[in-house]
Amino acid sequence: MKYVDEFRDPELISKAAEEIRRLADPGRHYRIMEVCGGHTHAIYRFGLKDILPANIDLIHGPGCPVCVLPMGRIDDGLSVARDPSVIFTAFGDMMRVPGAHGSPLEHKARGTDVRIVYSPADALQLARKNPGRHVMFFAIGFETTAPSTALTLIRARSEGLTNFSVFCNHVTIVPAIRAILDSPDMRLDAFIGPGHVSTVIGCRPYEWIARSEGKPVVTSGFEPLDLLQSIVMLLRQLRAGEARVENQYKRVVPWEGNRAALKAMAEVFELRPYFEWRGLGFISQSALKLRDQYAEWDAERRFPIPGARITDPKAAQCGEVLKGVLKPAQCKLFGNECTPEHPIGALMVSTEGSCAAHYQYEHRKNLVSVA
Amino acid sequence: MRSTLPIRAPEKPRLSSLNGVAASAIRFRDPRIEMAHGAGGKASRRLVEGLFAPLLFAGSPQPLNDAAVLAVDTASVAITTDSFVVRPLQFPGGSIGELAVNGTLNDLAVSGARAHAITATFVLEEGLATAILEAEVRAMADALTRANVALVAGDTKVVEHGKADAMYITTTGIGRPLPGIVVDARSVRPGDKVILSGPIGDHGITILLARGDLDLEADLTSDTRSVLPLIESMAIQAAPGIRWMRDPTRGGVATSLNELARDCGLGIVLNEDAIPIRNEVRGACELLGLDPLHIANEGQFLAVIAPEYANAAVNALQLTEGGEDAVIIGEIQSEPACAVLVTTRYGGSRIVDMLVGDPLPRIC
Repeated sequence: MKYVDEFRDPELISKAAEEIRRLADPGRHYRIMEVCGGHTHAIYRFGLKDILPANIDLIHGPGCPVCVLPMGRIDDGLSVARDPSVIFTAFGDMMRVPGAHGSPLEHKARGTDVRIVYSPADALQLARKNPGRHVMFFAIGFETTAPSTALTLIRARSEGLTNFSVFCNHVTIVPAIRAILDSPDMRLDAFIGPGHVSTVIGCRPYEWIARSEGKPVVTSGFEPLDLLQSIVMLLRQLRAGEARVENQYKRVVPWEGNRAALKAMAEVFELRPYFEWRGLGFISQSALKLRDQYAEWDAERRFPIPGARITDPKAAQCGEVLKGVLKPAQCKLFGNECTPEHPIGALMVSTEGSCAAHYQYEHRKNLVSVA
Repeated sequence: MRSTLPIRAPEKPRLSSLNGVAASAIRFRDPRIEMAHGAGGKASRRLVEGLFAPLLFAGSPQPLNDAAVLAVDTASVAITTDSFVVRPLQFPGGSIGELAVNGTLNDLAVSGARAHAITATFVLEEGLATAILEAEVRAMADALTRANVALVAGDTKVVEHGKADAMYITTTGIGRPLPGIVVDARSVRPGDKVILSGPIGDHGITILLARGDLDLEADLTSDTRSVLPLIESMAIQAAPGIRWMRDPTRGGVATSLNELARDCGLGIVLNEDAIPIRNEVRGACELLGLDPLHIANEGQFLAVIAPEYANAAVNALQLTEGGEDAVIIGEIQSEPACAVLVTTRYGGSRIVDMLVGDPLPRIC
């Protein structure tokens, strides 16, 4: 398969792995954070930890939008769907994420009209087909998915389609990186920059990380070779004592981002003063809401929202894992009370969450047969 | 995993022992039934093992299989049952009627039995067009003729419009064990080879695309077919080496092999590159974030074969029509215990778990 097979080529991969071993100073411990949940998933899925030298630690960052969504938001969104005329729509990743009163799928089992859509445009189409119902799209995601929500809202407004609304949970990646860097217990050497987000925002928004924090950033693709090449590029900078933003994912990511997508986002969204992130707490100017001219399509303004605030159980150490202070398996709840089927903490809820990825792909590797 | 459970003995379960089942034996705690409980993965297993088995099959010492083998007087009889609720009713390569026959024939076949007769129950929705029903009954008749199996009893119920999705079919099959084959997860040993009959994921991805919810098209058809001819060919060359078989339907290869890993207590190490997957299936899975190992199949089977018989088994399959792509995809090892490990050709590895939840709508 084109654009996939060449990035999984064993020869190229073993060359990149060799180069990493050559560049890594054996007397030094490297802590590299991949910000994006897609990278976390890829690292586990392709078993890259088996290939990297032991002194390179990959720390899994806050880039899984499902994981960082506070539970109360799910309850708030589902509260709208208690009205039988409402159809609740969301991406498949949201469906098993529990609120305090159950996940969207559990609500579906109790009779709520919950439907999986593959794009917000599908939700809009559902609204066109069901003029007697109200279709609410529960929007999540970073800058990766925000433009498609924006374009859908622009379309809804131009069609005058008023039986459609968006419950907006879109967040932005840069403030989360800043929050992580500001955290006192955080020690990182470099960042693997997000791939999909950067297709929209480009690479410039990361320049402050290199300039003021002195940490190299390499925007990376999602195949094994992409990630290994990005680590090579980071190690070269670290070895030379440099800190720059580089783009490994040039086949997809333009340095300046996608102007049309950014324009659509600017037309529809504005920054919220602050927003709560599961595991990280409140972060100022880190999320998007609909502008006033889109108030009619804003579920939070059209419907009474309880504003539920549910704190994670104290025993869940999601914040520490998010910041890389703890490894997933070091959390007290990991694999016991907290599993992908019954997630307690944020990072266990989506396959892109570091705990779920670790649970799914790694943690049983070392079990020894008693037979 | 199908709803068929092993029965310990041919006599009827004693009611007194059923009434005496302690509440503590019921481990199913999910408050409501969700789609995932029917998806064939972890939730399905929890329901069967936590609720059905303790109440209906208390004390059964055997692991769950696709069919039960009973001793009736001096004869050995295999029995299985399965319901079909697929939407859409017709899809490229097959339809609900054909699935309803082949699915049950296959459950018997992977239990080492050749179907002798089946029964069918139809639940029809008020308003269903006769032409649609007739087409499905014809599809069943064709599949029965191809397999040379008789349908010997049936039942029909009609429910009000809106209370069912066009039609559901339940089939029950009985069969005679093929000579010399014993399918038992507990006989699996380190060093045994894992054989796969052909490319995976065709059925699940075909159904997903046939539903039209995604703007994706691919030149792909369901793999629905009877696997008995393949198993019979393999048995001629390798019957004494056959330890275990399963048709990886809902939940896919990963779920079937995880069940085996759990039942035998050993590790199953797969070589990712050896697993045949069509480009169309790979492409759809890459786009949708699905693992082909979790996608349903309706015309493939997995077999664990003793190492000295493995090559003979593969050769026999490859020489049989429809078995050309059969291949050894991995082997049984003592570690990681009770888990499935997939190794990549560039030296990485990952654990592959059972399907969690329900990635695809009703597929069989």
